[in-house]
Amino acid sequence: MKSLSNTPNAHPLHPAEKPGILVKPGAEPVLKATNITKWYGENHVLRGASITVWPGETVCILGRSGSGKSTFLRSLNFLEDPTDGTVEIDGVIVGADPFHKEGSERQERIREVRMRAGMVFQEFNLFPHLSVIENCIEAPVHVKKMDRKEAEAIAEKYLAKVGLLEKRDEYPSRLSGGQRQRVAIARALTMQPKVLLFDEPTSALDPTLVGEVLKVMADLAHEGRTMIVVTHEMDFAHEAADRVYYMDQGEFAEVGPPEQVIDAPKDPRTKEFLSRFRTLGAKK
Amino acid sequence: MSDEQRLALAVADAQASRAKAWSRRFRLTWGAVVALLLIFIATSLNVELDFMTSATPFILGGIGLTILVSAASITLATLLATVGALGRLSGNAVINGTASFYVSFFRGTPLILQLLFWYLALPQVRIVLDPILCAIVALGMNYGAYMTEIFRAGVQAVPLGQHEAAVALGMSGRTAFLRIIAPQAFRIIVPAIGNDFVAMLKDSALASTVSLHEILWRAQNIGAQKFKTLQTFMIAAMVYWVLTIVFTALQNRIESRLSAGDRNKTVRG
Repeated sequence: MKSLSNTPNAHPLHPAEKPGILVKPGAEPVLKATNITKWYGENHVLRGASITVWPGETVCILGRSGSGKSTFLRSLNFLEDPTDGTVEIDGVIVGADPFHKEGSERQERIREVRMRAGMVFQEFNLFPHLSVIENCIEAPVHVKKMDRKEAEAIAEKYLAKVGLLEKRDEYPSRLSGGQRQRVAIARALTMQPKVLLFDEPTSALDPTLVGEVLKVMADLAHEGRTMIVVTHEMDFAHEAADRVYYMDQGEFAEVGPPEQVIDAPKDPRTKEFLSRFRTLGAKK
Repeated sequence: MSDEQRLALAVADAQASRAKAWSRRFRLTWGAVVALLLIFIATSLNVELDFMTSATPFILGGIGLTILVSAASITLATLLATVGALGRLSGNAVINGTASFYVSFFRGTPLILQLLFWYLALPQVRIVLDPILCAIVALGMNYGAYMTEIFRAGVQAVPLGQHEAAVALGMSGRTAFLRIIAPQAFRIIVPAIGNDFVAMLKDSALASTVSLHEILWRAQNIGAQKFKTLQTFMIAAMVYWVLTIVFTALQNRIESRLSAGDRNKTVRG
């Protein structure tokens, strides 16, 4: 999906980008990323990828390793600084600043974007020196300046949702990988973000622990959370996604509902990618 | 009990008794070496109990000063190392350059030269420091340079994902450092401070060269008066040795308490 214009504010809508069925008619997108481009030296990692996500949608990004899908996701909250492009989340707009010309005001907007976009990492990245509940309330209390009791109440609600309320006073090292990732999801939720970003959340897990994390994610998707999920889990994408983006060599090759992109791909690159999954037996 | 169980028990028994025998030999070796040393002292020297009983309390009187200088110096070194490590981690070229110079210069010159510089050279430009201050500044600044690198390494040992997770939650770089990175680095750094304190106990003997009446100075002076430095140095060595053993044991206890917390808390989240 090439950018149609060089002006950063024009957001080209891919013909296949239609709001999912849970989206209210006339709703504004919660996240718009336009023409995200990334060069690592000579390496063109992202070639002007764009995405639009409406509130309540779950969007999965598929693609082979090295296609740029993680870099794209990490550009949405500026853990990667894109070379070009614009991200708008919930009205906060931040553009690329490859020459570091903008100052602290842009940094503040990036923080605003990050507060609105909760991130779940492949490696969990829980804070090992803090208990489960402290992990959850650390940012609400010290970033949002939320009252501690209030933050704890919110955190407990989400810990209950991921099924780990009884672990509230444990330390991360005493939890299994699946439990750690569920705590990481509760931690992201306690910030009450507008959109959740998942960066291959089950790739570091023992196969027997993948299911419990995917179930939590599917529940969140079905109750209308806005989510962008980079994943290799075809079954999850098929079941939970409103729309699927297939990324190849730094651009989106195909976009559409999962029945179309996964079951009946049109683009030869998508076809080739999916055929590898079939040979491994994950028929979907 | 089956034959296999009996066999397993016999193997475990044999293993345990081998381990026991080894540690018995280990302790016997220690006892033998110490006994040999004592026999050598007793036979080849005039022990002169009278002299020993009058010299020992005098030498022991230096312990307070040794510990005081070491404690003050390690405190100064810890402060300097904290500032130095922040400097070495800074993106600001001027700050980083200054910290880098500090580390390079104070690690790159002899400690005794630095000590004598404060004591003997500075008076030439009319700066006269109290000897005790000279010792503390010299030891503190020298150890601070070494510890700067240890502290910096401690901070860098915290996985990058911790910083990413913190800023992804909206924390500023400063908040992320103070609340997420520093507490984890602290656990890595504390044992190193203990190590350096024990090393400082011994290096504080250099303060005898600036006429501080600590353990070594006392041993040297009372020995020289009576031409019996062999005896007094022996006593001083024993005093340092015991001090080192005591503080190492103390440090191990603190460390094991910290790492008990580690088992509970560290392991990548």
